[in-house]
Amino acid sequence: MESLYGSHWILTLLLAIPFLGALGCLAGPESRARWTALFATLLALALSLPLFWTFQLGTAEFQNTASLPWIERWGIRYAVGLDGISLLMILLTTVIMPLSVAGSFSYIRKRERAFYASMLVLMTGMLGVFVALDLFLFYVFWEIMLIPMYFIIGIWGGERRIYSAVKFFLFTATGSLLMLVAIVALVYQHQLQFGVVSFGYEDLLRTSIAPGLQLLLFSAFGLAFAIKVPLFPVHTWLPDAHVEAPTAGSVVLAGILLKMGVYGFLRFAMPLFPVAATSPTVVGTIVLLGLIGIIYAAWVAAVQPDAKKLIAYTSVAHLGFVMVGVFALTRQSLEGAILQMVNHGISTGALFLLIGMIYERRHTRMIADFGGLAKVMPFFAFSLTVVALSSIGLPGTNGFVGEFLILIGTFQRFPVVAMLATTGVIFAAAYMLPMVQRVILNPLSRDENRELKDLNRRERWIVAPLLGLILLIGVYPQPFLDRMSASVDALIERVELGAQPMQASESPDPRLIAELDPAGRFDATPPSEGTATAEGSAGP
Amino acid sequence: MSEAYHPILPGLILGLPLLGAALNGIGAFAWRENKTVPTIVGPLAVLGAFVVCLLNFAAMRAAAPHDPSLVPLWTWMSSGDLEIGVTLLFDQLSVLMTLIVTGVGGIIHVYSVGYMREDPGYSRYFSYLNLFIFFMLILVLGANYPVMFVGWEGVGLCSYLLIGFWYENREFSDAGKKAFIVNRIGDLGFLIAMFLMFGVFGTLDMPSIFEAAPTTLLAGGGIATAVTLFLFLGCVGKSAQIPLFVWLPDAMAGPTPVSALIHAATMVTAGVYLVARSGVLFALAPFTQAIVASVGVGTALFAASIAVQQYDIKKVLAYSTISQLGYMFVAVGVGAYTAGIFHLMTHAFFKALLFLGAGAVIHAMHHAWHETGDHGDPNDMRNYGGLRPLMPITAATMWIGTLAISGVFPFAGFFSKDEIIWEAGVRGYAVLWATALIVALLTAGYMTRLMVMTFHGANRSGESARGHLHEVPAVMWIPLAILAVLSTVGGWVQIPEVLPLPDVDLLHSWLEPVFAPAIEVASGGAVGGAHGEGLAHEAPLGGGETSWAVGGTGLALLTVIVVFWRLSRRRYLPAAESAEPSGAASLLYHKWYVDELYDRLVVRPLLAVWRGCWRIVDDRLIDGTVNGLGGVARVVGWTGSQLQTGRVSTYLLIFMIGALIILGSLAF
Repeated sequence: MESLYGSHWILTLLLAIPFLGALGCLAGPESRARWTALFATLLALALSLPLFWTFQLGTAEFQNTASLPWIERWGIRYAVGLDGISLLMILLTTVIMPLSVAGSFSYIRKRERAFYASMLVLMTGMLGVFVALDLFLFYVFWEIMLIPMYFIIGIWGGERRIYSAVKFFLFTATGSLLMLVAIVALVYQHQLQFGVVSFGYEDLLRTSIAPGLQLLLFSAFGLAFAIKVPLFPVHTWLPDAHVEAPTAGSVVLAGILLKMGVYGFLRFAMPLFPVAATSPTVVGTIVLLGLIGIIYAAWVAAVQPDAKKLIAYTSVAHLGFVMVGVFALTRQSLEGAILQMVNHGISTGALFLLIGMIYERRHTRMIADFGGLAKVMPFFAFSLTVVALSSIGLPGTNGFVGEFLILIGTFQRFPVVAMLATTGVIFAAAYMLPMVQRVILNPLSRDENRELKDLNRRERWIVAPLLGLILLIGVYPQPFLDRMSASVDALIERVELGAQPMQASESPDPRLIAELDPAGRFDATPPSEGTATAEGSAGP
Repeated sequence: MSEAYHPILPGLILGLPLLGAALNGIGAFAWRENKTVPTIVGPLAVLGAFVVCLLNFAAMRAAAPHDPSLVPLWTWMSSGDLEIGVTLLFDQLSVLMTLIVTGVGGIIHVYSVGYMREDPGYSRYFSYLNLFIFFMLILVLGANYPVMFVGWEGVGLCSYLLIGFWYENREFSDAGKKAFIVNRIGDLGFLIAMFLMFGVFGTLDMPSIFEAAPTTLLAGGGIATAVTLFLFLGCVGKSAQIPLFVWLPDAMAGPTPVSALIHAATMVTAGVYLVARSGVLFALAPFTQAIVASVGVGTALFAASIAVQQYDIKKVLAYSTISQLGYMFVAVGVGAYTAGIFHLMTHAFFKALLFLGAGAVIHAMHHAWHETGDHGDPNDMRNYGGLRPLMPITAATMWIGTLAISGVFPFAGFFSKDEIIWEAGVRGYAVLWATALIVALLTAGYMTRLMVMTFHGANRSGESARGHLHEVPAVMWIPLAILAVLSTVGGWVQIPEVLPLPDVDLLHSWLEPVFAPAIEVASGGAVGGAHGEGLAHEAPLGGGETSWAVGGTGLALLTVIVVFWRLSRRRYLPAAESAEPSGAASLLYHKWYVDELYDRLVVRPLLAVWRGCWRIVDDRLIDGTVNGLGGVARVVGWTGSQLQTGRVSTYLLIFMIGALIILGSLAF
């Protein structure tokens, strides 16, 4: 086994297992599809877990890399690898997937083969996004994810599933399209400079790009990622998609898919275009939008009558924290942001699973239809309470560690932003506690609720690991932080160094500009000095 | 001096209550009907921790260490320069606090065995109560602010769970939610203070911060003021001061032992502890100190005025608690940290006693009415009256508590309250001094009113119920008796030198190593001076300490006698037959309409804005734009509809082919 985890093949194996599982689902009988899917996802989990320990600390180099030529004429390779950030995302994916498959057993009653095959293809797509080190490969995986998710919402969703699915598809496809153009332009720049066509991530990192062009390309990447995050105001696809998606769809969407956007910023948009990523305008805009997301989404969440929609809006708020942390670009805020991506996957995944469990019993998502469930479903009540506390960041749970690191890091750079963002902890209590109260507390006044059965054995096994992780990361997050710290360091260094020469020189070398941008289409004026002024633009 | 002090079994102090919480929590699911396990595990977990705390106290007394002892457990989070360890701090202050928490806590656990015995949630109750002790101990033992914050919000969580313990009552679960949310407003301050301190000191460890602060921070400067003001915002929330006090009266929805433990003796005093603990920082910020003392005295007066017109026995005690917490803030605000902790300690004794006594009365009323089938409010003092012969032990012990809180010599409250008032006076804060004196008389007044309405005069509980009223069982009155003894002798640890009494100075000398740095900073800085040095020796109205101590207790006793004499003649009507108070009394009865004001000015406007965000911004503006664009696209797209097969996979295929064509054209 040791050799497998030192080898090039482990990631490829991880990518292959769900895909083969999907084929297995389609090939087998309808009744066996769920078991095939569960088996495939559990196998992937078992295979991926040792990575947590075999992963070498203290280095930002990609590990377990594999690289094979794919379309040689265009310099496209099958290149995958793992760093501290992708490691945690991979593990998040392999933990969430078996739980959401198991959480679908009683929910999905039609076209089971297609459903489980979609879930598994989706898993391959997501894992692929997190390990791809070739931009073409990344794009392929990025698009692969889109299709099964569209089907999951559109076929197995609620009443307005078509509207939601199309909205989801249009929003995300719009972003992707722009990103594709930007990727091509980036490769073209690279070819201009080095005379070779390459989609390789590390090749493209070496490309130097004029600030004006950087801003343009960053915007194209950024829009695709911002929609996925989702950042205010391009978040409105999310509540609809969540409400209509089946439980498993919501869990995967919130738990993993939303992380793609942030991951995209961390892996591509920021290191590839450091000048743009640190320009006061960009930082100011994104931090401001993240801040609006934190507060605004919490407000909107607080008045939702639909439990799933409420949770959907809390995702916008949580991811707002993450984006603020990422663009504050301090050690603590970045590590907090990455940890918070994991935390959000766990807590929000658990919230959707729990709401799904009572939806299956009562076929309603309306908060007002419940009340007093603690009486008849004590284990459910206990679980919902713990998960809600994690979501509002109570110390001792995972949510606190992430938020605390984000805020303390952000404060050192943008104190006003951090202080405003901290009000999010009040609003979090203001949206989550009333929901908890109206579902599990208060009198058990409705007759339909009196006979509800508490979580069964399968459901308990789904919830228990998530509760365990919530407490584990809350009390002892250090192993997780240790795994990301070298990569975070490297990212900060890369972005800050990449931004420096461009900002330091009053006017960039004109020959360079002429070479990069022969037509003079892109304004090469460097953004105004320093990032310290960003606070002003981000403040109220 | 004997050998150095090392914390004894620190893991056990925290481990026992946590284990108790876990066992009882499992019990709430696994052996819900079994009452034996919680009865044994619940109190023992806390009393066991108390014994370990006593051992530590004894060892610390023997060694008399000058510096705190740290117990590092594990690294919590380490990120860049930020290093936060799960580390415990043992010094004279934290050990004293652990004694109060586990001692008073243990007594209340024992009492709960009698009080909650019949409740179906018995095991769950002890789980929450043990968990509370665990978090409270983390709060007082945390060696850095984030670990303290774990305890800080942890006790808030337990408070939330216990206020809404009878969750099927909507009002009760509302009260829990309100407590949590209002506390979070304060916690915002605590968080921001931590962010600031990390920026300034590069660490959040208390010993390092306190050591660096006098040289790093400018005395009276903006940073010191900001840090302490934000910390104090946390205290205002947790310790229910103006303007965030509104959650505490509602918190009385919880079982009465919970009110005694959490909402009187321990959790709500955490704010006082935080200010005292961070004394060095506050000493550097005279502006904040003035705010602390002003908020404290304002709250003391305001809450006392409300307590005068309440009929719910627990509401009287709740406002009394808010008022007494105000006293403690006056003390720590003027820099008299020991006096603040002194009052914290004696208040823990007599207020726990008063709450448990009130619980005994409520318990007895509840049972009596349960027998007769009446449905009155067992908390309403208008339904009591003349209970003294029926519940003699409760009446006697509560009288001791009343005399203690009123500041009558020689009960505990006399010594601690006298010290606060005197300290405020000699430091030249005439307004604080005078207001504190007035509040002391108000306190004596409303407490005597409570006692008269409950135990004296004619009985109003109804003919049939009276026969069922009787003294509570031993498991409940023995805790009352212990607390009554503590409320009597608890003040004798610190007797003013000037009084013609044996000179006892246990508390000041015990806490001296903890507060010495803060006092040193203060005497070097702009405010106050060290205890006893450089201060006036006269009260603002003239007169020395002896005369005011004697005069104060005399006035308090006089108030008790006068109020007793006047009210015991008054004929009260049972709650059902009483009219609403009118005039000024109505204003006080309705608590100055603060809740209504907050509802109009804060809650409702906020909800309106939130709905607007959803219905207008999200639904109309953003989605309207998107769907509008979609409509345009649909019209345009209609022309190309011949190409459409209706399958997304086909679209994607075309999309990918298009992409490849673009790529191809670039490559050649």
